[in-house]
Amino acid sequence: MNEAAKVREIRALIKAHKRWDLVFAIVGLLALMVGVLTFAALFGQMAIEGAPRLSWDFFSQFPSRKPDQAGILSAWVGSTLVMIVTAATAVPLGVGAGVYLEEYAPRNWMTDLIEINVTNLAGVPSIVYGLLALGLFVYQFGLGQSILTAGLTLGLLILPVVIVATREAIRAIPSAIREAAYALGATKWQTTSDHILPYSMAGILTGVIIGMARAIGETAPVITIGALTFIAFLPAAPFTGDPPAGLFDWIMSPFTVMPIQMFNWTSRPEAAFHHNAAAAGLVLVVMTLSMNALAIYIRYRLRKNIKW
Amino acid sequence: MPENFVSDRLARRQLRHGKERAIEFILFLAAFVSVATTVGIVVILLKESFVFFQQVSLWDFLTDTQWTPLFADAHYGILPLLSGTLVSSFVALLVAIPLGTIIAIYLSEFAPFTVREVAKPFLELLGGVPTIIYGYFALLFVTPLLQMIYPDLPGFNLLSAGIVMGIMIIPYVSSLSEDAMRAVPMALREGSYAMGATRFQTAIRVVTPAAFSGIAAAYILGISRAVGETMILAVAAGMQPKLTWNPLEPAATITAYIVQVALGDLPHGSIGYQTIFAAGLTLALVTLLFNVLGHMLRKRYRQAY
Repeated sequence: MNEAAKVREIRALIKAHKRWDLVFAIVGLLALMVGVLTFAALFGQMAIEGAPRLSWDFFSQFPSRKPDQAGILSAWVGSTLVMIVTAATAVPLGVGAGVYLEEYAPRNWMTDLIEINVTNLAGVPSIVYGLLALGLFVYQFGLGQSILTAGLTLGLLILPVVIVATREAIRAIPSAIREAAYALGATKWQTTSDHILPYSMAGILTGVIIGMARAIGETAPVITIGALTFIAFLPAAPFTGDPPAGLFDWIMSPFTVMPIQMFNWTSRPEAAFHHNAAAAGLVLVVMTLSMNALAIYIRYRLRKNIKW
Repeated sequence: MPENFVSDRLARRQLRHGKERAIEFILFLAAFVSVATTVGIVVILLKESFVFFQQVSLWDFLTDTQWTPLFADAHYGILPLLSGTLVSSFVALLVAIPLGTIIAIYLSEFAPFTVREVAKPFLELLGGVPTIIYGYFALLFVTPLLQMIYPDLPGFNLLSAGIVMGIMIIPYVSSLSEDAMRAVPMALREGSYAMGATRFQTAIRVVTPAAFSGIAAAYILGISRAVGETMILAVAAGMQPKLTWNPLEPAATITAYIVQVALGDLPHGSIGYQTIFAAGLTLALVTLLFNVLGHMLRKRYRQAY
């Protein structure tokens, strides 16, 4: 009799404890839902406010004082050009650094110093990169408030992302591949360029895409170097105009980028400009999200397909 | 046979060797760019701040309660900017730490495989949204929403900027915490289950304490993220420097001030131009402090097992 009561008591205790499992599982899902809901609200708000503004004209017109005639032509062209410079900076430097650290670097204080720096730079606020660029590129090197300055700044900013992705991709390649290449008499660079780099290409690409998606949405460093918020002309295309522009003249041109255009419209008091901001935001968010989704997809495919 | 004869094959090997060395050196230079960047940041910030501190004493900078460098009656006290930064970061952490931790525990210990496979990329996407978009969202969605509850809330305020900033850093906190929890060896969990503990008890009393230094590192790196965040605050919290500890008020942060000055047209070399470097130096030091602390904690949990 006493035994039965005890068993019942213990059963009740277990049941009570197990109830907490259920409660927490629900709380966890709810916490995740906060993220989902925020995302839905953010996207929904922008879609409702901005979608009516999305038309061909919005992409093909310059910003204007009249909200219903304003467009993002100079912004998306500027963003594209800046991204070209960013990629040209970050990809060779980042992949080179990643290859060096994984394949070449001797174990010494210099390598440690580089590694500590890469980790630390990933945590530096982006606006500090803007200050670096303002002091160094704009005034010290005299590059001015140009596409080149912005591209270099964002290139440095995403360098840690590219380096880390490159290193992880290279580290996943089994050393048997290297040993086989060496056994056939290949040099280190032959091994690296013919085997290591091609095999790690998908992983590196993922990192580059994520880095570029981050760069395209960065506002603070580009504002800090003094990018203008109102640009009603495009950089001269190569070989046009009088006298004809050189192949790379656009690189020194003043510019604006998508996030700055959006910032400019958001901080105006008139509601009509907020619709433009929403539309620009919609374009921006679709761009960055599709880049991120592509990167996640590549990584997913990679994880599934490659079996060494 | 000439005296300095080198056989064909040897010459080819030397050439190959030289090319190898050249490539190694080029790759080293690429890696060295990261060191050069750090040096560049330090030199630029110190150089411009040095000029600034020749005109403004460090004591005034740290104790003056007004920050009005652009007015005729100029004051250079960093405290108002610091208070804005700290209040908004505090609000952000109030949102990000509980939610981020719960999500991390849930994903690491509770979630079925399929939920995790969907939730992790989704969180990553949430972290990839440009901050200017969050700024727009804070100013034009969250603030009006909060004004329905509390009608006296001004259009610019630290609260809504802080909340949105918190949501922005949730993915950051949760993914780092989850990594720390997954690094806890299975044997610890199995031991706990063998003693008759439930999932919840195991998660809270065994896994979380075991992963604590990693989780703490995630919090600290989250703080550093919040302190350095710029656009959400520049858009939604206003640009008026104000010494306040009340999140319902508008106030500028260090980062928002830098943006404000950069948007204007200050001549290179003026004291106004140098203030942003002094503010940037303060910001860099604060985030560096948190980053170093965070990485030290992270290292500790890696060595634990």
